[in-house]
Formats: sequence, structure tokens, C-alpha cells
Amino acid sequence: MSGSEVMKKEKPKAKLGTFLRLIKTLYSYYPVLLPVTAFCFIFTAAVSSIPPLFFQQVILVIDDSIHTGDWASAMPIILSKLSILALFYLLAIISITISRQLIVVITQGFLYRIRRAMFDGMQELPIRYFDTHKHGDIMSYYTNDTDTMRQLISESLPMLLQSAVIVLTVFFIMLYFCVWLTLLVVVGVIAMLLVTRKLGGGSARYFKRQQKSLGEVEGFIQEMMNGQRVIKVFNHETQAEADFARVNDVLYEDSYRANAHANMLGPIIINIGNVLYVLVAMLGGLLLIAKTPNLALSGLPIGIDIVVPFLNMTKQFTGNVNTVAQQVNSIVMGLAGAERVFALMDEEPETDNGYVTLVNAKIQPDGTITETTERTGHWAWRHPHSDGTVTYTPLAGDVILDHVDFSYEDGNPVLFDITVHAKPGQKVAFVGATGAGKTTITNLINRFYDISDGKIRYDGININKIKKADLRRSLGIVLQDTNLFSGTVIDNIRYGRLDATDEECIAAAKLAGADDFITRLPEGYQTVLYGNGANLSQGQRQLIAIARAAVADPPVMILDEATSSIDTRTEAIVQRGMDQLMKGRTVFVIAHRLSTIMNSDVIIVLDHGRIIERGSHDELIAKRGTYYRLYTGAFELE
Amino acid sequence: MYKTLLKSVGKYKKTAIATPIIIAGESVIEALIPFTTAKLVDEIRAGCEYSVIVKYGAILFLMACLSLVLGGAAGYTSAIAACGFARNLRRDMFHKVQTYSFENIDKFSSSSLVTRMTTDVTFAQNAFITVIRLAIRSPLVFLFAIIMAYIMGGSLSAMFVVIVPLLVFGLYMIAKKAMPAFHSVFHKYDRMNESIEENVIAIRAVKGFAREEYEKQKFNNAALEIKRDFTKAERIVALTAPLMQTCVYLNMLIVLFFGSKIAISSMGLDLDVGQISAMLTYGVQILISLNMLSMVYVILTISVESIRRISEVLEEEPVITNPENAIYEVKDGSVDFIGVNFKYSAHAERYALQNIDLHIKSGETVGILGGTGSGKSSLVQLIPRLYDATEGVVKVGGVDVRQYDLETLRNNVAVVLQKNVLFSGTIKENLLWGNENATEEEIREACRLACADEFINSFPDGYDTKIEQNGTNVSGGQKQRLTIARALLKKPKILILDDSTSAVDTRTDAKIRKSFREYIPSTTKIIIAQRVASVIDADKIVIMDGGSIVDIGTHDELMERCEIYRETYDQQMKKAEGGVANVGV
Repeated sequence: MSGSEVMKKEKPKAKLGTFLRLIKTLYSYYPVLLPVTAFCFIFTAAVSSIPPLFFQQVILVIDDSIHTGDWASAMPIILSKLSILALFYLLAIISITISRQLIVVITQGFLYRIRRAMFDGMQELPIRYFDTHKHGDIMSYYTNDTDTMRQLISESLPMLLQSAVIVLTVFFIMLYFCVWLTLLVVVGVIAMLLVTRKLGGGSARYFKRQQKSLGEVEGFIQEMMNGQRVIKVFNHETQAEADFARVNDVLYEDSYRANAHANMLGPIIINIGNVLYVLVAMLGGLLLIAKTPNLALSGLPIGIDIVVPFLNMTKQFTGNVNTVAQQVNSIVMGLAGAERVFALMDEEPETDNGYVTLVNAKIQPDGTITETTERTGHWAWRHPHSDGTVTYTPLAGDVILDHVDFSYEDGNPVLFDITVHAKPGQKVAFVGATGAGKTTITNLINRFYDISDGKIRYDGININKIKKADLRRSLGIVLQDTNLFSGTVIDNIRYGRLDATDEECIAAAKLAGADDFITRLPEGYQTVLYGNGANLSQGQRQLIAIARAAVADPPVMILDEATSSIDTRTEAIVQRGMDQLMKGRTVFVIAHRLSTIMNSDVIIVLDHGRIIERGSHDELIAKRGTYYRLYTGAFELE
Repeated sequence: MYKTLLKSVGKYKKTAIATPIIIAGESVIEALIPFTTAKLVDEIRAGCEYSVIVKYGAILFLMACLSLVLGGAAGYTSAIAACGFARNLRRDMFHKVQTYSFENIDKFSSSSLVTRMTTDVTFAQNAFITVIRLAIRSPLVFLFAIIMAYIMGGSLSAMFVVIVPLLVFGLYMIAKKAMPAFHSVFHKYDRMNESIEENVIAIRAVKGFAREEYEKQKFNNAALEIKRDFTKAERIVALTAPLMQTCVYLNMLIVLFFGSKIAISSMGLDLDVGQISAMLTYGVQILISLNMLSMVYVILTISVESIRRISEVLEEEPVITNPENAIYEVKDGSVDFIGVNFKYSAHAERYALQNIDLHIKSGETVGILGGTGSGKSSLVQLIPRLYDATEGVVKVGGVDVRQYDLETLRNNVAVVLQKNVLFSGTIKENLLWGNENATEEEIREACRLACADEFINSFPDGYDTKIEQNGTNVSGGQKQRLTIARALLKKPKILILDDSTSAVDTRTDAKIRKSFREYIPSTTKIIIAQRVASVIDADKIVIMDGGSIVDIGTHDELMERCEIYRETYDQQMKKAEGGVANVGV
């Protein structure tokens, strides 16, 4: 109980902070347009409140002339008054046109910049963020939350501004005309607000319930549609329908209650307005008949010229007070979306304190290395030192893990004292059960995650000193989840090296063994892939991923169970290509298949984050340890 | 298309029809209030007694109350009708999907089906409620207001002849220009969101290839286009406000000017202050109702796409249905393929299966090997009629599968599909899918055979352990064994395993096959596998390639005469020099 009370007290402050930040951001993007737009909205609103003043004047003229029927003398007076009104109207139309056009420009411009800020920021976030947040949740920033802000800026805020101005100006005009009637109107409006508050609370509760049951129905439908084939195979259709009926009916109950509440609010408000209208008419009439002295800012006596416009003003006043109340509510709810967006933008980006970069190198006759801009096929690490000198270390692919410890979360260590030395050109295989730590190690070599203790050295340089982008460019990764993009096959391959020519891409595909099936696709290399290559089989997708890594031509490769979904025959083709590719490169391979592991230089057996055996295939067989047991009893590991 | 959807209104028809009737009543009252008020104002001007004011006040108060009751009632009935409509739509769509065969399911991707049953239903619900409320209310309010204005204002109401067409024309032009602009930008918007999602899912590839700047550039281009297109479309719509205001202001000026003229010239006989005031109110009512109508038009246009997508689902006829005079008994587990050709859809170019002739005796263990795309899964899916052969005959128990009652057939042919799906619920609940009436003993037995009992017992809640949605809290190998146990509970005559032990280590794989041999020897077992070790001791092994059967034989026969088999075997069973040759148990 007290927890939610505390929450309620915090909420207004937090919301106010978000609101201010939103306005500040808008203003920073549009320092000129924003005030202009606001001014135009205010002007339009003010103008729409003044007709009663003119109406009152016209009535006075009518009153004077109606007994004589003298239109000729009345007309110029009325004409002149209406001309002034028409002038105001003209200005108002100009101003409303401007404000409406500008608010569109401002809103879309704001959304564009916010989307960019979110996306660009997201590209810099560490992998940890993506591993700990469901991607459905991340997507909702771009859809739900952005849409909420759009509504906020282009609809709620302007409406609030306009209605607030109208309420204020009409209020003063009412006071100008007659304080007694104004009091009546104010009392009526307060009553209306109280009723709205009470009913609105109930409605909010039902809407919350509706959201919950909607989520359940959606979750159920998703599961069933995904597993529809299994349902058919097990004749589970009738049962599935019965289960669905249950959640569907709950949704029906919650949603009709929520909607009924909301729907009934409208007529109630309108008719309280109508009743108030009636009361004003009655009180006005009474004051007239009783010839009560007026109390007004204008000092005018009570006459029909006051009462009649007052009726119209009552409608305007109550209508706009209502709008203000509604908009405040929706703004508060809309700020939730803005809060979330700002939170995403405020996320800590991946830190990169690296200063060593990878450059194209030319090896001089005397053995020294110089930097060059042409693509020589040789690379070197450019290591600037604090004294201003620069050393170049040839890129060889020598990777050392030195007593590395790692935990994803504090207190839950995952890797213990891992020491591995992969010399350039060696093939190192990691073997072990699921959860032994193989994939984790690869997350560390390319700094998707940073180690807790120990060091990782690449060609003798501590990888923490190497710029992340350069480090990752020097490592080719093929993961079990293929991650292709929408686009043509050749573009997907080219992702590995953006300046690769078509020939180079096709050569890489041939090396990977993918060329065969690609040419048999409807449009060959120009076939468009979508949905992470949904129109290809798992094996075909992996072949493309391998081609992509091949075209990147990196000195070190990490293959993480890359071929486990390809049948053994196709894998043989790929293996041959990979062997070609691996010449002179350092390779870390994580696989289940013996055929993949067998010709490695070093096999490292992991168990629960520790290295328990290490050696070549023959050495390990001779040891008759874990590896031996795996080899004889199993060709694959769970 | 609309007819199909309207069938789902069902029992909510009464409330759906009641709503516009109630609203009609409400509209009448709304039209009468300014009229009555005008009368009251005239009375006051004429210097009436207070009791007259009270009388009119009471009448107006009554009207307000009536309007309240009617408005509230309409709010209630429309909520029931619309939500009920949505509920029925969901129910009917879900039911329809349950009748679909695999071919129908292939047509709609599962994510598209989810969208159609959720987002699209919401759009349809909105369209429905808009129709029964606004689409009735607005024309009625418009009509009554015009009538009342004419009754009251006489010649003054002629101004509407000018203003109304002006507004209508303006709104129409705006809608006409804006709708296509929005249509195209919505597609782009969806595309942009899809590519953001892609980027999020593939973030490892992005970072691994250090493509952050490239992705930012790509996104910027898409976002700029969206900004440009949306701005263009919305700026058109933004013209609505000045248009409305112009008409409202014109109304004001004309009423005040000509109203005064008529009032003064006729010395208050034709028109007086009360009527002038009422004319202003009616003017606003008329203009607002026209605006509402244009919104109705917009909402309906936006929801047309959703309505189309829903009716597609409802109108889809299942490809595979029960035959007349269905057979309810399966004699044995024999399977025959005679001259079978198969392609996945009539429009497909290539045949997935060609010239399949295969005879499996009841109780046999048959292995099927082949590369990706060789047709293995297609072959076995014809047996329980998940798909029908395009040409040729598939028989089970000596009878054409098309003659069996579908439920009977599928109870006797258990398939463990390649894509393993467990549902949220307990392990036990998932297993009961195989047989709702299975006893505890039967469940345990099935799990023992599938080598799942050990790990189930290692969970603290055992068989009552909850499976998270999409089965994320069990490993791949555990999932596979559970799905095998589930299939075993059916006690089928034919058991088909489609690569169902790929994530299970070879020792466990061998144990499972051993239990099959010992405890369900009379069940025909068809095993599709990647590993030769999984099928090496089958009664016969079928080698497939490119949709045809290349060879059939025992392990020894195939080693001798089938090159593909030999190659695969050697590849997988590399023997070390003087090394161990033990393969499995």
C-alpha cells in the first residue's frame, strides 16, 4: 500500500521532469518554429473566444431597431462591427493554417531526430544490452512509444494549449458580462470535473484489465499459430479451441466493460453541459425578470444581449474545460512513452578506450613495415605510444588467452583460469557439453563482453588497447544463428567487405560451396532474401554466412557450430573450402561433429568453464580421458 | 468480403441494431434542444412570467435527462456489440485455422496469422463501432439540424446551400489526396520497422563486421524518407482545420448579418434573437457532423485492408478434409507408396518428390538418409495426410490414406516433426497431448523409452515443471526427447521421427532405438536422420537425393553398391589408425 503511495508521489515529479525535457528537446530542434507555432495556436484560440462580444453588440443594435424596422440605419453599424470581426477571423484562419502546417513539420522532424538518436545510440550499445532485453521490448520503443510521442506533440499539446486559452479568455469575457452567471457556470463545471474524475478512475481500472487480457490472448494465439502443425499432428484442435475460448471470453468481458465505461462518459459530460445550459437560461431569465442589478466587469446591465451570448459561451466553456481535463490525462499517459524513449537514449554506450588500429601494410625490402592506403593483403597493428612514436606489428593471428576469468553477472563465474595459446595458422577446437563455456570464449576474443580477470593478447597486444572496430574487423565470425539481412544474396555476401567486387563475392561463395545452390535460385545472386533468409533452408543460410566471412578475408576466424545444420555431404564440400580458407589463418572452431574437430592442431576440452584436457587428437586418445570417452561413445555432444 | 465478416456478428445482432436506433433517438433530442431554448429566449424577451421559465426549464431538463439515458444506453450497447463482434471474429478465425491443412498454413505465415487475429481484429472492431455509432449519428444530426434550421430560420437556412457543399467538397478533396499518400508511407513505415528489428536480431553480425556506421547511414536514409512522406501526407490533412474554421466563421458572419437584417426588417416577426442564437448552434452542429462523416470515411478506408486480411482467413477452404464414409480402423503399420509425385503447391515449379515407390512392412524399422532438400520430410508427411500426394497413392494398413477418418489416421501415425514445439504448461500437460487419458504409469513408461525420465526427475518439480513459452527453459536435446515421449503416448501403429535426435548424443540415441526395438517391436518405425549411426541397424535404409529414391537396402548392401552411402559413412565414421571402431552400443 505504502509502496504505491510513494510511487504516486514520485510520479508527478518524474513526469514533470520528462515533460520539461521533452519541451527543451523540441525547443532545441526548433528554436524559431516552436514559439511561432505556439503563438499561432494561442492567437487562434483567443480569436475563437471573442464572437460573443460581437454578438452582444449586434443584439443591442437589433434591440434598438427591431421596433422601427429600420434596417437602413442599422445596417452600416452592424456591417462595421462585423467587418472588424471578419478581420479577426481572417487573421485567425491565417494563423490556424500556419500553426497546423508547422506542427506537422515540427512533429515529423522531431520524430525523425528521435528515431535517429535512438537507432544511432543503439548501435553503440554493448552486446550485453541486447542479450538482456527481449527484442520485442526493444521494438516497442520504435513503435508504441514513438507513436505516443507523436500524438502528444501533434495532438494533445496543441489541444491543451488551445483549450486552456479558450477557457481563460471565455472566463474573462463571462466575468465581463455577468459575475452571477459566471459563478453558476463555475459551480457546474466543478461538478462536471468531479464526476469525470470518479468515473474516469473506474474506467482506467477496466482498461488496465483489458490490456492484461489482451496480452494473454495475443500470447496464446502466438503460441498456437507457431505450433499449429503440432496441433494438427496430435489432433489437438478441439482442445485448442476450448482453451482459446476461455481466454477470449475473459478478454470480451474486460474489454466491453472498459469500453462501456469510456463510452458512457461522453454522454454524461455532454448532458451535464446541457443541464448547465438550462440552468444558465433559467437563472438569466430570473435575473432579467427580477431586474436584478448586474455585477460585471463591463458595468453593463443585465439584458437579453448578455444572456443569449452567455448561453453560447457556456457551451464553449464547458466543452473546453472538458477537453483540458482529457488532454492532461492523455499527456500524463503519453509521457510514459517519452520517458522510455529518453531512457533508451540515456543508455551507456559501449566503452572503447582502444587506440591501436589495423592498417594496410607494405613490407619494405629491409623488413620494416610502413603504412599504406592500398590494399596489399598484408596488415599491421599501428600502435601509437605515449612518447609520440608509432610501432607497427605485423598482423599474424597469434592469440593468447592468459588466465582468463569471466562472469556474465557478478557472483556467477562462467570461465575459470582459461589459458590458450593459438599460434598463427593453427586450428584450435573447443569441445564440451552445452554450457561448458565455448561460446563465451568467443564473446571475449572480439570483446562482445569484457573479461573479469586475466589478459587476452592479440599479436602480443592487449586487446583492451585495440580499437573495437579494428579488432572485430580482424576476426571473422560465423555463428550458429545466421543473421542475414533483407536484400539480395550478393549484397549479403558483400556485407563482409563493402568494397568487394561481384567477382570477389562469387569467388567467396564458390569457396564456401554456396555457389551451386545460389545459381539454382530463381534469380541467382540477385534473389532477394527477407526475414533472415526465411526462403532458404538452414543449411543454405549458413553457407551464405560462411561466404560472407570468406569475402571479409580476416586473419583470424571463429567458427561457432557453423556447420551443425548442414547435412554431412554438404558439410564435406564446405570443409574443403574452409580448409583452403584456413591456410595461413588462425581458426577457433566450436563444433559438435568429430569430422570438424579431427584435424585441429589443438583440441581443448571444456567442462563447466574449465579446461580439463588439451592436446591433439592422437594425444588425447592416448590419454583415455574425457575426449576419449566422447570419441568412442559419441560422435556428437549434447 | 464484408458479408463474410458480418456473419460473425452472431448473437450480438440485437445490440448492434439497437445502438443506431437509440442513437437516432438521441439525435432527435439533440436537435430539439436549441429549438426549445430559442423558444425560451423569446419568451424571456417578451417579458414572461417566471413560471414560464420554469416550465421550459423543466422541459429542457427532461430532455437532457433523456439524452443522458439514451446516450448512456447507446454507449453500453455499442460496447457490447463491438466487443462481442471482435470476440466472435477471433473465435471464428481461430476455429477456421484449426481446420486448415499444412498447405493452408503454409499460405499464411504464422506471424501473419497472429497479426490478423489481433491487430486486424482491432481495426475491424473500430470500423464496426464507428459504423454503428458515428455513421448513423452524423447523417441524422445533419438532417435534423438542417430541418430545424429551416423550420426556424426559413430563408436564412439557404446559406447552408453554399457552406455545406463547400465543406463537403473541401473534405473530399483532402481525403482523396491524403489517402494514397498515407497508404504508400504506411508500407514504408512497416519496412523501416522490419529493418530495425532485423538490425536488433542481427546485432552480432553488425558488430562482428564493425558495420555500425554503415547501419546508421542506411537507417538515416529510411528515416528521412519517412519524415518526408509523412510530412507531405499530414500537411494535406492539416488543411482540414482551416477549412472547418472558415466554414464556421462564415456561418457566424452570415447568420449575424442576414439574421439581423431579417429580424429588423420584419420587426421581429420572421426572426428574433433567440432564433439567431439557435441558428448559430445548428450551424455548428451541421458542420461538426460533416466533419465526423469525413472521419468515418477515413476510418473505414484505413480498416479496409484489415477487413480484407480477416476475410481471407475466414474464406480459406481447407485442402485436406475427411472423406465420406471414412474408415475408422487402421489394420496394421504397413506403408506403401505407389507411383507418388508431390509438389507443395500447384504453382510450384519443381516437384519435391518424384516417382516414389516404397513398401514398408508392419513393424519394420526404416531409416531415411539424404542431403538438405532431398525430400525426406516431404515423404513422411504424406503418410498421416499432412499433405496429399499430387499423383499416385499412399497406403497405410493396405488402405489409401485418403479413405481414413483424419483423426483416426493421425492417432495411429505419430510424427515427431523437425521443428520441435512445446507449449507453455507443465511437462505433464504437454505429454498428455499424445493421449489425454494416459495414466501416470503410461506417462512414465513413455518417458523411459524416450530416455527423458532421468532429466525430468532431476527437476525439482518433476513432471509438474512448467515449460516457458516456446520451451525456452529446456535444452534442445531435452525438448527432442519430450516430443518423442509425447508421440509414444499415442501408442501409434507407425512412429515417424524427422531428424528428432540431432541434438541428442549418440549414446542416448542408441539407447532410445534399443528401447524401441525391445518395447514397441510391432510399431513401424521410420527414422529420418543425418547420422548414419542412427539408422545403421535398420531393417532397410532409404537413400534420397533431389526428391527421388536413389537406393534402398540394408547397411551392408548399401556399403557395397551405393557410393553416396559409402561416402557419408566414411565421412562420419573416420577411423583412427589402430583406433577404436566401437560405434554405439
